[in-house]
Formats: sequence, structure tokens, C-alpha cells
Amino acid sequence: MSLVTPIAFVSGLSALAAAFTMIAAVGIGIGQGFAAGKAVESVARQPEAQSAILSTMLVGQAITETTGIFAFIISIVLLFVNPFIGNL
Amino acid sequence: MHDLSNIGPRNILRIGSVYVTETVFFGIIVACVIIALCLWMAHDLKKIPKGRQVVAEFIVKTIYSLVTNTMGKHCENFAPYIGSLFMFLILGNMLGLFGFRPTTADVNMTFALAGTTFFLVQFNGFRSRGFIGKIRHMAQPLPFMFPLKVIEEISFPISLSFRLFGNIFGGVIIMALVFNGLEWVSEAVFGSIPVIGGIPWLQAVIPLPVNLFFDIFEPILQAFIFTMLTMVFVSMEVARHAADGEE
Repeated sequence: MSLVTPIAFVSGLSALAAAFTMIAAVGIGIGQGFAAGKAVESVARQPEAQSAILSTMLVGQAITETTGIFAFIISIVLLFVNPFIGNL
Repeated sequence: MHDLSNIGPRNILRIGSVYVTETVFFGIIVACVIIALCLWMAHDLKKIPKGRQVVAEFIVKTIYSLVTNTMGKHCENFAPYIGSLFMFLILGNMLGLFGFRPTTADVNMTFALAGTTFFLVQFNGFRSRGFIGKIRHMAQPLPFMFPLKVIEEISFPISLSFRLFGNIFGGVIIMALVFNGLEWVSEAVFGSIPVIGGIPWLQAVIPLPVNLFFDIFEPILQAFIFTMLTMVFVSMEVARHAADGEE
């Protein structure tokens, strides 16, 4: 007797894989927090350079974010496009 | 608000065998709005600015100072492109505020913009350094660096486009989840009341902070980051050449 159809099995495992993919967000959180902390330190040391430090920090954080955005796109594709159902 | 069963951009118009998606449609509308605003703000200019001319001069002056501060004085002629890119990105990202789909929540749009940036970077690199000079520069410290440099320059527009797309699209999905959840909760709470039960009351004020973040703060930040990275990469191609020339 089979309770789980192949399509349900594949989409369930795809959802699980999407959840595991977003573990990459941990690294981004650590990296962005580190950058923000260093920016706070430099603003405290040099308050007159605040705007330059702020824009540099934002650009650096945006580049840090890239890996997480890739992970996010992979999980979106796994959830909504369902690429593995075609292999059945 | 968008339904979660179909999260891609919808086809809203069909001309023959060509479909016009929401992205293209709202992109054209945003461009028309920007052109109309420019014409309205810049006609009938006075020696002493008043009213809308003050706003127009403030915007233009801010963008010129941003470009000269980031790219240097010699790159001032990039300011019109950077300014229009910035305005287009801000308005395109903020369309979620009016209940439409943001134009940049489509990877075609962001990839087109990043492709424009890529060609701007490459064109300026070849123009300021010459073909041989550019090739030689890419193999600069050691010859085996050349393939790595090629991969780096090709991956730049991909990461640029996916960064903007991922941020805005994530915002769209979270907004749709919030609205769907509030609709479900208000159905469960008010559903039994006879006349007013069918209206999702909880959608009225509660999503405002989420809206503020994903439709006002995030669009401005992402537009700033996109234009900032464009400026940095273009100015690197131009400024490195000036540094090379001094040697």
C-alpha cells in the first residue's frame, strides 16, 4: 500500500530543501552585524565622517547580501517552479 | 496585493503573438511619469527660483554632488544617466505602494538594467585604455589572472541584477503573505457577523509598518545601492586609467 504519491514526495522534499537553503541567512546576519558594529565604532571615533561611513557601510552590506540573495532565489525556484517534478 | 498561486508577472495585453507583461506596461508608465514631471518642473525657468523650480534644482544639485563625490570631478558627464537611473529605480520599486507589482520584481527588468551598466563599464574601459591596453590590464599582475578577471567581469551584472530582483521580490512575497494571513484572521474573527463579516477589516492599518519597510525604505535603499555600485565600477574603469597614466 502506498500512501505518498511520487509528486507529493518530490514537492515535500523540495520544500525541505528550500528551508535548508535559507540557512545561508545565518552567515549574512553575522557579516552584516559585524560591518554595522565596525561602522558604529568608526562613527564614534570620527563623528564628522558619518555620511561617508554610512554609504560605504550600506554598499558593503549590499555586497555581503549577494550570497543570501542567491540562496533565496534557489529556494524560490524550489518552492514555486518545482524543477524536479519534471524528472518523474 | 498579489495572489500566491501565481507569483510571476501577469500578461495583461496581447498584440498578435506578442504579450505585454505588467513589468513592461508599468515600466513605460513610470518612464512617462518621469518625463512629465521633468517637463512640468523645468518649463518656464526663472533667474530667482521659486516653487517647483527649487525642488528641481535641489534634485539636480544633489545628484551632481553625489556623482562628483563618488566618481571624481572628471566623471561629471555621467550624472544625467545616474540621475535618471536612480529616479526610475525608486519609482519602479515603489509601485507596491499603489497596489501594483513593482517593475523590478521581474528578473528581465533588473537584468536589462544591469546589462546597461555592464556595457557602460566595458565601453568606458575600452575607450579610456584602448583594446590592447584593456587586455593587458586584465592580465596585469600575472598572465594566469586573465580568465579569473573575465569571470569576475561577467559575474558582476549577474550578481547586480539578482541582488535588486531578490530584495524587491522578497518584499512582494512577504507583503502577499501578510495580506493573506490578515484576511484569514479577520475571516476567523469577524466572519460570523452578518453584514460586515465579508470585509477583511484587519487589512486596514496593521500592515502599515510592513508597507513602510518594504515599499518605502527598501526601494530607496536598493535604488541607492544599484546606482552606487554602477558609479563605483564605472569610475574604477576611468580612474584606474588616470592612475596608470601617471606611471
